[in-house]
Amino acid sequence: MKNTLATTLKNYGIILAFIIICVALAILSPVFLTRNNILNVIRQTSIYGIMAVGMTFVILTGGIDLSVGSVLALSGAICAGLLKGGSSMFVAIIAAIGVGVACGFVNGVFVTKARIPPFVVTLGMTNIARGLTLIYTNGYPISGFSPAFREIGGGYVVGIPIPIIIFLAIVLIAYVVLSQTKLGRYTYAIGGNEETVKLSGINSSNYKTLVYVISGLTCAVSALILTARLNSAEPIAGIGYETDVIAAVCIGGASMSGGRGSVWGSLLGALLIGVLNNGMNLLGVSPYFQQVVKGLIIICAVWLDRMKTIKD
Amino acid sequence: METVLAMKGISKSFPGVKALQSVDFDLYPGEVHALVGENGAGKSTLMKILSGVYHADSGEIWVKGKKMVDIGIRTMIDAGVSVIYQELNLVQYLSVAENIFMGREPLLHGGFIDWKGMNKAVQELLSPFRIDIDPRARVYTLSPAYQQVVEIAKALSLNSDIMVMDEPTAALTGNEVDKLFEIIGELKRKGVSIIYISHRLEELAKVADRVTILRDGARIVTKPLAELSLSEVITNMVGRTLTEQYPKADYTAGDEVLRVEGLSKDGYCHDVSFAVRRGEIVGFTGLVGAGRTEIMQTIYGYMRKDKGRVFIEGKEVRIRSPRDAVRKGIGLIPEERKQHGLILDLSVFDNATITILDKETRLGFLKRKNLQSLVNNMVKTMGIKTPSTSQLVRYLSGGNQQKVVLSKWFLRNCKVYIFDEPTRGIDVGAKAEIYRLMQKLAKEGAAVIMVSSELPEIMNVSDRIEVVFGGRIVKEFRRDEASSETVMEYALGLHEEAESNLAVQGA
Repeated sequence: MKNTLATTLKNYGIILAFIIICVALAILSPVFLTRNNILNVIRQTSIYGIMAVGMTFVILTGGIDLSVGSVLALSGAICAGLLKGGSSMFVAIIAAIGVGVACGFVNGVFVTKARIPPFVVTLGMTNIARGLTLIYTNGYPISGFSPAFREIGGGYVVGIPIPIIIFLAIVLIAYVVLSQTKLGRYTYAIGGNEETVKLSGINSSNYKTLVYVISGLTCAVSALILTARLNSAEPIAGIGYETDVIAAVCIGGASMSGGRGSVWGSLLGALLIGVLNNGMNLLGVSPYFQQVVKGLIIICAVWLDRMKTIKD
Repeated sequence: METVLAMKGISKSFPGVKALQSVDFDLYPGEVHALVGENGAGKSTLMKILSGVYHADSGEIWVKGKKMVDIGIRTMIDAGVSVIYQELNLVQYLSVAENIFMGREPLLHGGFIDWKGMNKAVQELLSPFRIDIDPRARVYTLSPAYQQVVEIAKALSLNSDIMVMDEPTAALTGNEVDKLFEIIGELKRKGVSIIYISHRLEELAKVADRVTILRDGARIVTKPLAELSLSEVITNMVGRTLTEQYPKADYTAGDEVLRVEGLSKDGYCHDVSFAVRRGEIVGFTGLVGAGRTEIMQTIYGYMRKDKGRVFIEGKEVRIRSPRDAVRKGIGLIPEERKQHGLILDLSVFDNATITILDKETRLGFLKRKNLQSLVNNMVKTMGIKTPSTSQLVRYLSGGNQQKVVLSKWFLRNCKVYIFDEPTRGIDVGAKAEIYRLMQKLAKEGAAVIMVSSELPEIMNVSDRIEVVFGGRIVKEFRRDEASSETVMEYALGLHEEAESNLAVQGA
């Protein structure tokens, strides 16, 4: 009981910050609370929000995945290239997902088998995936897809944008996986104490590899949405995304050393960043200044969380 | 005589627990005052209040006749209080001198560190103890005993005259313990007063002047040690007479469950062969560093063996990882509870079920209800004291933490249980319970291995005793043929020299 109460309190801080920002924006901008704008914010959020779900798994094990932006670009480029080459949508989507999974798998294997720190492995992968994207695209965007494919990014089901539906579905699946399956419980356990997990007769390497695969998978899903929405795969897509993705997870209360965090927290973290981006655009804040504000928010959110933990 | 320290009416509550209730504690100059009590009795809380880590809800602390105000870690260090923790707090990759002078490094002009001066100062600090430690040595290269000496030197360099030693002998061998007692004698001569916390009651008579016994957060008695017998100390600690500290169970061994043949791991164990039968408890003893833990870790697949065969119920099994071992029915209760047995920031539920999640799933989903009732039962039968199964194990006492580790293996229903130092750092009452649980397991048909450094435990709990020296089993005893003296002789390697010389020549 006490535990859930403490957790709620911790999340409450972010919820409070979120509400305050929303109320302030609603007062300052007449556009903010319109249905269109709200859907727009969540749709934009869904791109890195989905990746934040994958990142949550990785960070829960005590790892980090810096390569998300590049893997997104590579997945998107491969998908776009196949579509332009006349492949069916099905094949292109499967290929894009395959690319994301493969990159994640390579990350995972180097982390677990070669025992290279995740920071280094995924830093390397950032360059590899970006380089492969540039090689594949020759540095030019690949644009112009069928209306059917573009639906993934721009379509609606019962008035709700498809990216939002995918995003929420992924959050829900991740929640169930984290709380109700072996994989989920081991993810927390590995972040808590990997030696104990090993000595309990569990092949922790396999599960650790799997979290990087999940991260790669979520990058591929985001890549599909982004490519469809822009009607173009940009070779420079996703540059700098890792900061927003990691920030979302941190703001959501996850511990960078692993073992603590939740997908709901990450969802909230992603939304907070989305609302902030949107709000500052609406208010005409200079993009340069926006960066500074975002940075401060990240530090403050984690600071708040830290203070609560210490008080416990 | 003037007290150097007086704690008066100290009370402290945590949510749901009264950790200390109006406890008095005092200390005279040059005295060793033992503080004993079961885990959870309030010893650590009292010491954390003394060192300024916790703030008392009420009560006063007087140091050298002055009432302490504004109590914090810094003020208590300045007042001369140092704590030498059970888990040593040294920076492993820095040198001895750097550790001792951390934060107070002597500087040359221009802000550079005065290495020469620092190393010389360390040598002066260490010289009274007649121990040869190079001030420039990295701490991780030192044995636990030497690391402890470094901690003591650090306390001395802070001009501490009140030292708290928390289980100082837990990681030490017999010789090292004697050396520590010499050091304590030296400290007393210097006028240093020592608060000595230990579960090894036999030691107290050798080292302590007075003893204070805590139980359930209250002070039961403070007396000169000479006026209390060992059994009186135990009675006061547990609040009941432990008629049988070592319960004896009838022992009928059945079929062979585990057999190990010629197990070798270069540098750790050599040609180890033994068997354990159903219903049997086999004790492995030896000095610290003899290779007992390594033998077990090699059987368990945590270390890769070079040679040797392992049989379970007569069939040879291949064990290349702990996962293989668990699948073949072996469970290991590790020596280092916190590092290897538990995930401190997960709940009792999560820790206890980690070994059975692979069995308790349907279509990939955990059978939550099943798991919950299994854990509830376990908490009840083991007598784990916890407010709920969602409590983080970090907040449980040592004995209860150990019971959580046992639970996770009992839930798995192993054929072989390996207990590595199962009662280390655990109070007397919980010890007896753990012996009883081991005997229950054996009675129910499991094969039990117990690795232990505590001779009384080995002598009284084991049905057979294997003595390990230099990575080899040098002697096997039946319970009735063993005496403490002969077991110790073999553990010290006194019967070994001729044989091991031959082995070297043979190799």
